[in-house]
Amino acid sequence: MAVQTPTRTGTTEPQPTRQPPRNGPPWTEKWGGLFFVAPFGVLFAFFLLWPTFSGLWNSFFNTSLAGVQQEFLGLANWREMFGDPAVWDSLQNTLVFTAMSTPPLVIIALVMALLANRKGLLGWFLRFSYFAPFVMPATVVTLIWVWIYQPGFGLVNGLLTAGGSAEIDWLNTENRAMLAVVITTVWWTVGFNFLLYLAALQGIPDQVYEAAAIDGASGRQQLFRITLPLMSRTTGLIVVLQLVASLKIFDQIYLMTDGGPNYATRPIIQYIYENGFTSYRIGYASAISYMFFLVIVIVSIAQFRLFGGRKEAN
Amino acid sequence: MATLTLSSRASRASRFSRGSGPVQPRFTFAKVAITVGSVLLALLWLVPLLWAIDTSLKPEPETTQTPITWLPGAPTIDAYRNVLDQGSILRWFLNSTIVACLVTTLTLVVSTLAAYGFSRTTFPGRRVLFGILIAGILVPPQVLIVPLFQEMTGLGLVDTYWGIVLPQVVAPVMVFVLKKFFDGVSRDYEDAARVDGATRLRIVWSVMVPMSRPVLGAVAIFTFIGAWNNFLWPFIVTTDPAMMTIPVGLANVQGSYGLRYAQIMASAVLGGLPLLVVFALFQRQVVRGVGDAGIKG
Repeated sequence: MAVQTPTRTGTTEPQPTRQPPRNGPPWTEKWGGLFFVAPFGVLFAFFLLWPTFSGLWNSFFNTSLAGVQQEFLGLANWREMFGDPAVWDSLQNTLVFTAMSTPPLVIIALVMALLANRKGLLGWFLRFSYFAPFVMPATVVTLIWVWIYQPGFGLVNGLLTAGGSAEIDWLNTENRAMLAVVITTVWWTVGFNFLLYLAALQGIPDQVYEAAAIDGASGRQQLFRITLPLMSRTTGLIVVLQLVASLKIFDQIYLMTDGGPNYATRPIIQYIYENGFTSYRIGYASAISYMFFLVIVIVSIAQFRLFGGRKEAN
Repeated sequence: MATLTLSSRASRASRFSRGSGPVQPRFTFAKVAITVGSVLLALLWLVPLLWAIDTSLKPEPETTQTPITWLPGAPTIDAYRNVLDQGSILRWFLNSTIVACLVTTLTLVVSTLAAYGFSRTTFPGRRVLFGILIAGILVPPQVLIVPLFQEMTGLGLVDTYWGIVLPQVVAPVMVFVLKKFFDGVSRDYEDAARVDGATRLRIVWSVMVPMSRPVLGAVAIFTFIGAWNNFLWPFIVTTDPAMMTIPVGLANVQGSYGLRYAQIMASAVLGGLPLLVVFALFQRQVVRGVGDAGIKG
């Protein structure tokens, strides 16, 4: 076996110089690629793989945040989770938020992209206005919207009372708080989906529309027969991305309502956060994290099966 | 014959049509209505921002007046002066800038190298590693906060820049996007560079990076926005106000300023402004970058 190296170099040397010259000895050809992957790989192992598995490990123990006492519990955390109504209530809040926020985040984004797909100053202004909220941090967004929803002298209630209606304490009313959060979220994040649609629209060649116009297709026919069908793959992608993004809801709700009133808006990630960092129940928080992780994986895979099938085929 | 006239008409049409998008007759009622609607929607989207700026310029007593007033009666920048005098917001700006720059630079370097490694080199276990990376895309960082915080405590990185930065550098989806793009770059350029004796590291820097500038730009822009705006992880890993980023620091503003709405809005405007200005300046690159990155699928 050891003789192989000299023989190999012996055979490559006299070969005609058709091939580009090799850099360095053969072992860098074979293993050199690993060095390109290594920096990312190390970080990936440390800050993604390790916590993923230590979380699973923790879920079988009674670990506190300090990590002092570690008592093996077996499946006790998992069993407790299935009997804990707060887990299912907060999971339900997350799902309700996802169901309420996804349709407007997709439809409004499409409408915006159709409106803003034009040149000149007006196009610039429309794109700026539609996308601007997305570049701001959650905290800025929620500071502004808490002020807008403020009872008494906030903008929304100011308009309501000026119009003669009774005002609503949006963030402190159980069946209004989630709606208020959804409105804020749509305003804040629709810009990203808008950009994805816009990129797809700009990818449709002009000739397609020109040919249709020559064939006598009206603007409405062009929209429904050409533009929208061509957008279907993009829509599938956006729905997948949006569902997963909405499931991860935490920032806005934590900052606007702190999960209230009466836990009516508390999302599952906030419950994980509270167990881990307020009650210091690392093991229990890890078990819930894993359950939620599985939900996200199932949703993603189901979505990719539904919408991504064609893409995989290519 | 028929096709000939058709194509000549088509080329004439393309010569006279302006811009992209559907070809439509000009100045119809529908067209005007669409334009007006698009502007109204834009204004609706700007109202919360304008209202925040408006409030921040009012003297404090005026902010809680009913009925609400649209324009400040006596505009003042007192709120901004007060917020800046307290000093912490400047520190948070500094922290956010450091963190976002570090995250963006490291993500670009590390992801570009990894994408090149997966796209162009062969080494034993490459497919398995790439499979693990793809699986990593599915792991939401939000579910890792608890074990990650424990790890940071163990490493002594709580309340440090590295503690905030390092977990955010792990972006398998960026590696995936870049790898897909590199796969599409012709190998001829690389072979030519190799003939000239370039090392592979040199090829990455002198061939791949220049050829994929738009994608790298998109990755950079979205990594920067994400890092600047990230709330949950910096919120978990910082307890010292001096180490907080803008989003985390501002989360405590509501309490510390009491009910001084002009000051709260002034700090919100200050917190939102930098990226808004950056976006206004680089809009074309941002919009085009999304398309070039192939995120559209």
